[in-house]
Amino acid sequence: MSENLSELGAHIEAKRPDCVLSYAVAHDELTMDIAPSSLVSFVEFLKTDRTCRFSTLVDITAVDYPARPARFDVVYHFLSMYQNHRIRLRVATREDEMLPSIIEVHPSANWFEREIFDMFGILFTGHPDLRRILTDYGFRGYPLRKDFPTTGYTEVRYDEAQKRVVYEPVKLVQEYRQFDFMSPWEGAEYILPGDDKAQEGAK
Amino acid sequence: MDGQFDDALTGEQKIRNFNINFGPQHPAAHGVLRLVLELDGEIVERCDPHIGLLHRGTEKLMESRTYLQNLPYFDRLDYVAPMNQEHAWCLAIEKLTKTEVPRRASLIRVLYSEIGRILNHLLNVTTQAMDVGALTPPLWGFEEREKLMIFYERACGARLHAAYFRPGGVHQDLPPELIEDIDAWAKDFPRVLADIDGLLTENRIFKQRNADIGVITEQEALDWGFSGVMVRGSGMAWDLRRSQPYECYDEFEFGIPVGKNGDCYDRYLVRMQEMRESIRIIHQACEKLRKEPGPVMARGKMAPPTRSDMKTSMEALIHHFKLYTEGFHVPAGEVYAAVEAPKGEFGVYLVADGTNRPYRAKLRAPGFLHLQAMDHVASGHQLADVAAIIGTMDVVFGEIDR
Repeated sequence: MSENLSELGAHIEAKRPDCVLSYAVAHDELTMDIAPSSLVSFVEFLKTDRTCRFSTLVDITAVDYPARPARFDVVYHFLSMYQNHRIRLRVATREDEMLPSIIEVHPSANWFEREIFDMFGILFTGHPDLRRILTDYGFRGYPLRKDFPTTGYTEVRYDEAQKRVVYEPVKLVQEYRQFDFMSPWEGAEYILPGDDKAQEGAK
Repeated sequence: MDGQFDDALTGEQKIRNFNINFGPQHPAAHGVLRLVLELDGEIVERCDPHIGLLHRGTEKLMESRTYLQNLPYFDRLDYVAPMNQEHAWCLAIEKLTKTEVPRRASLIRVLYSEIGRILNHLLNVTTQAMDVGALTPPLWGFEEREKLMIFYERACGARLHAAYFRPGGVHQDLPPELIEDIDAWAKDFPRVLADIDGLLTENRIFKQRNADIGVITEQEALDWGFSGVMVRGSGMAWDLRRSQPYECYDEFEFGIPVGKNGDCYDRYLVRMQEMRESIRIIHQACEKLRKEPGPVMARGKMAPPTRSDMKTSMEALIHHFKLYTEGFHVPAGEVYAAVEAPKGEFGVYLVADGTNRPYRAKLRAPGFLHLQAMDHVASGHQLADVAAIIGTMDVVFGEIDR
C-alpha cells in the first residue's frame, strides 16, 4: 500500500516538478505540499492523468497555525474511484493572500470554499458566489480561527417585550474554562532561572 | 423598475419568475433546510439552499475537548445512524495511535454499523415515500426502528446517543441473549421488508413520482463528489466496505446493489436491497460472535482499567482518574479516516499535535455534497419533485450543518 503511494508520489513529482514542493507518505496516506500559484492546473492534471485519475473531490478544509507567517494550511482531499487511491494536497497561504478557486475543475468545491471563507476568512479568486454558508445571517468574524473565542461574541434570545429575537454581547455566569493538563510529572521542564547545572543533572 | 415606464407592456402583462421559500418549517425539508426556489410556472429554474440553521460549531468545540469527550458529538451529527459516525472517529484515533482492535470488538462494530445502516435506510425509504404521498410505510418502518433502538439501548444504555464505539474497541461486551435476539429479529425482518416492498415497489403513484426524477449520470456523480447510494444508484459499484475495507469487512460475504438509471426510483431499490445485504452481514456477524469470546477493548492507555483492577491496584486507580480527567495523548500527525456510513462516505480529517485534544478535526459529511448539487439536480423539475429529490438525497441536518 505504502509502496504504491510512494510510487505514485514519485510519478506526480516527475511529471509536475514545478508544482510539487515535497511529498511524504505517512499512515498509508500520501500528502503533497503544493505551490499556490499552480493549484488549478495541478488539480486538473490530477484529474486527467491516466495513473492518477483523481475524479472525486472528497474534502477541502483549512488548518490555522497563528504562529506561522503563512498562517493557514488549506488541505484538499481527492479520491480516485477508478484507481482506488487517495491523495492529500496541502497549500500554505498567508492571511492577506488569495487562493485560486478550483470550481472550474471540480464543481463540488463550491460549498467547501464557501465554508472555508466563512470559517477562516480565506478568499478564493474566481469563486462565483462567495457568501457565508454555515453561520448566521449577518455574522461577523471567522469562528474556526484559533484567536476566535469558543464562546463567540454575541448571543441571541427571544425578547418577550419587543416580540423579536435580539442580539446581545455574550454574558457568562462563570468564566469559560480551558483546563491546562500540563502534567507536573511528565513533560514539564523544571529548570530554575540561572541554574546552569540543571542540563547536566537531567542527564 | 422605479421611474421607468414601458408603455408597450403594462405591469400586469409582464411575467416574471416567482420566488418562494421552501422551509425551514416544512415537513418535506427533513429538518431545517431553507430553499429559495425561483419558479417559472411550476418549473424550478433555480434553487438556492440556505443551510446552517442547525450549526452548533462542533468542530470548534472539539478543539477544546479531549478525544474521549469528543466522541459523543458524533452521535449528534447524523442522528439517524449514530454509531456509524463514532466509528470514523475511532478509526482516525486508532490509525494515529496504531492500536489493534480486539477481534470481538471488531465484530461488534460491524454488527452495529449494519444495524445503523438499516436504521437509516428504514427511515429514509419510508419518509421519502411519505414525501410523495404514502402514509403507511413510515408507520411500518418506525415499528422496526423501535426494535433496533432497543438493541442499541441494550448494548449501551441509550437509544440514540450511544457513545458505544470507543477508541480501542467498544465500551462493553454484548450479553449472549442480545446476540440471539438480534439474530432472531434479523430472521423475521425480511418479512417486514417484503411488506414495505409490496406497498411501494410496484405502486403506480410511487413509480410515477420517482421514476425518471432526479436522474444523475456517472459523470455528474463524480463532478459533484457524491458517495454511497448516490453513486451506486448511478451504476458505479463503489462501496468503501469493499474497495477500501476497514474493520473486518473483508471477511464478510455481501453484495453491492447497483442501480441502472440513476433516478430516485433506482436509489429506492438500491436502499431496499442494501437492507437485505445488511441482514446477511448481521447473520454472519452473530454467527462469528457466538464463537469468538474475548476482550472488547484493547488494554492500554486509551482504555479504562477493569473494575477489579481498580479495587486492588493503586496504579489502575490513578490511570482511571487520569484517563477521565486529562484523557489520553495522541501522537502528532494527520490522518483521514473514512467509513461507508449509510448516507455515503463519512470522513474525519484529524490533525493531532501530541496533546490530549485534537488541534483540528474536520468532519466530512456526505449530505453536504449531495445537498450542494440540489441546484443542479432540481433545475428543470416540477416543484412537487423537489420534495422527492430532497428525500432521495438523504439529507440530515445534524451532519450537514455540524
